[in-house]
Amino acid sequence: MSRRFGRNRLAVLATLVIVGVVLAALLAPYLPLADPDTVDTPNRLSPPLTPGHPLGTDEFGRDLLSRLVWGARISLLAGAATAGAAMLFGVVLGVFGGYYSGWPETIIMRLTDILMAFPYILLAIAIVAGLGPGLRNAMIAIAIVGFPIYTRLVRGIVLSVRGREFVEAARALGSPDRLILVRHVVPQLISPVVVAFSLDVGAKILATAGLSFLGLGTQPPTADWGSMLATGRQFVILSPHVVLLPGLAIFVIVLALNLVGDALRDLLDPRTYSR
Amino acid sequence: MRRYIARRLLLLVPVLLGVSIVVFMVLHLSPGDPAEIMLGSQATQEDLERLRQELGLTEPLHIQYVRWISHVARGDLGRSLWMRRPVLDEVLHRYKATLVLTASALCLSTLGGIVLGVLSAVRRDSLLDRLSAVTSLFGASMPVFWLGIVLMVVFSLWLRWLPASGMWAPYGGGDLGDLAAHLVLPAVTLAAASLTIIARLTRSTMLDILSQDYIRTARAKGLVEGRVVFRHGLKNALIPIITVVGVQAGYLLGGAVLTETVFAWPGVGLLMVQGILARDFPLVQGCVLVIALTFVLINLAVDLLYAYLDPRIQYE
Repeated sequence: MSRRFGRNRLAVLATLVIVGVVLAALLAPYLPLADPDTVDTPNRLSPPLTPGHPLGTDEFGRDLLSRLVWGARISLLAGAATAGAAMLFGVVLGVFGGYYSGWPETIIMRLTDILMAFPYILLAIAIVAGLGPGLRNAMIAIAIVGFPIYTRLVRGIVLSVRGREFVEAARALGSPDRLILVRHVVPQLISPVVVAFSLDVGAKILATAGLSFLGLGTQPPTADWGSMLATGRQFVILSPHVVLLPGLAIFVIVLALNLVGDALRDLLDPRTYSR
Repeated sequence: MRRYIARRLLLLVPVLLGVSIVVFMVLHLSPGDPAEIMLGSQATQEDLERLRQELGLTEPLHIQYVRWISHVARGDLGRSLWMRRPVLDEVLHRYKATLVLTASALCLSTLGGIVLGVLSAVRRDSLLDRLSAVTSLFGASMPVFWLGIVLMVVFSLWLRWLPASGMWAPYGGGDLGDLAAHLVLPAVTLAAASLTIIARLTRSTMLDILSQDYIRTARAKGLVEGRVVFRHGLKNALIPIITVVGVQAGYLLGGAVLTETVFAWPGVGLLMVQGILARDFPLVQGCVLVIALTFVLINLAVDLLYAYLDPRIQYE
């Protein structure tokens, strides 16, 4: 299987990009970078390739490379954590909603219906409005908005597995529900959920960046890629690089995640093999 | 068909009820006192008390909800604390701008997506097909607000072809040409991602359909290729395409919030963001409610379109 993944050169390249960015983010405190929050007003808005500032500086003279690397910590963590939380919550609800018919199913599915009756980012914005702006609240909002997709996906699979012979057989042998779920149902979910998750992390990074861009996520002076874009916007005429670089960073990492997600889907789920 | 429409309308009731509960709860999500959050830490006790009375925050939650929903049903969305005007007036005033933007983006992405998808399917593995595959990957990965800024830098600041922001020119203008010039960049920005998604789906559906027996029969009896592709192919591909267009309409309504912020487009999305930053909860509630209702109605329209397009669909 890894050989088939290896044959997809684009996916391998994308994996390398992701590994590189994750390593840079993890090792940020040990890298020879300038302090991301040190203000240096005389050198504000320096263009890229300025000595000492390979990617230039922002409107306060802060080193852009350093801010991008430190911002990666927040953007990547926010994407992975929100997708992870949405996945966990969604899978648990989907398993229960699919396996136990009756009122648990009705409640869970109506809840997902209602949440899906809103445009995705709108509901996230509304929730942040209620909780108050800030990175933590933005992450909570995105996780809440994101779980119904997993619930729907998982419930559909559980519904189809529930009536299959091997589950009936396990039940006839007297296995308790808990054992049936863990041994026979959950293993069927792993590959579709892994595929959905790998495609979802990129979407969640975009969503978090979007909220930060609107001023509802990360608050200054802390930077993530979305808030860097938002503040840089005012200086776009003088110094387009303060806007172009954070946007490019979001674009490259999400593109890489989508490429890996697509490759995983082709690998794990031959039915949806994209032509 | 009539029974189906009636059933579908009846099903709207629980959805609308659910949506209204969620929108209402937005105000009450915050762990603290909403009045304090809205007025800030420097508000006096009297101001806080007055706002609590005005919004009915002293009553139990279910009573507050019933009162709120009965007001909403009568078209009263409360007063904006920041603008000191009825919320409904302000939201409806901005609603037109949002509709113009999202409807243009939806037309652009649907027409563009279908044309690109059909061409990629008919000329499979051609340069156009590969280009469209790459674009769709880019479209799904690009932050909409960044694309907006890049387009603005290139076409407004560098080339000076199009206005950078707003809906009308500040002086003069006001005619359709002025609106169109202001609309181009936001509509293209908003439509880009949806266009690529619709194109990919159209392509794969058309590829499936063009390999069917009845298409071979149509070709064998000597029909012109254009007629085979459009009359026999595309018409049958429309159902999945409409499904994804419906989903994209919701995405566009959400994406409009970001696009409106980038281009200072005076729509409901921009109003909502301003409302959040001004902690104007009634205004935010009104904006969310109106956009969510629009989305629900679009979904209804999509469902009704299915029944019209494919009489074989049995609704039970």
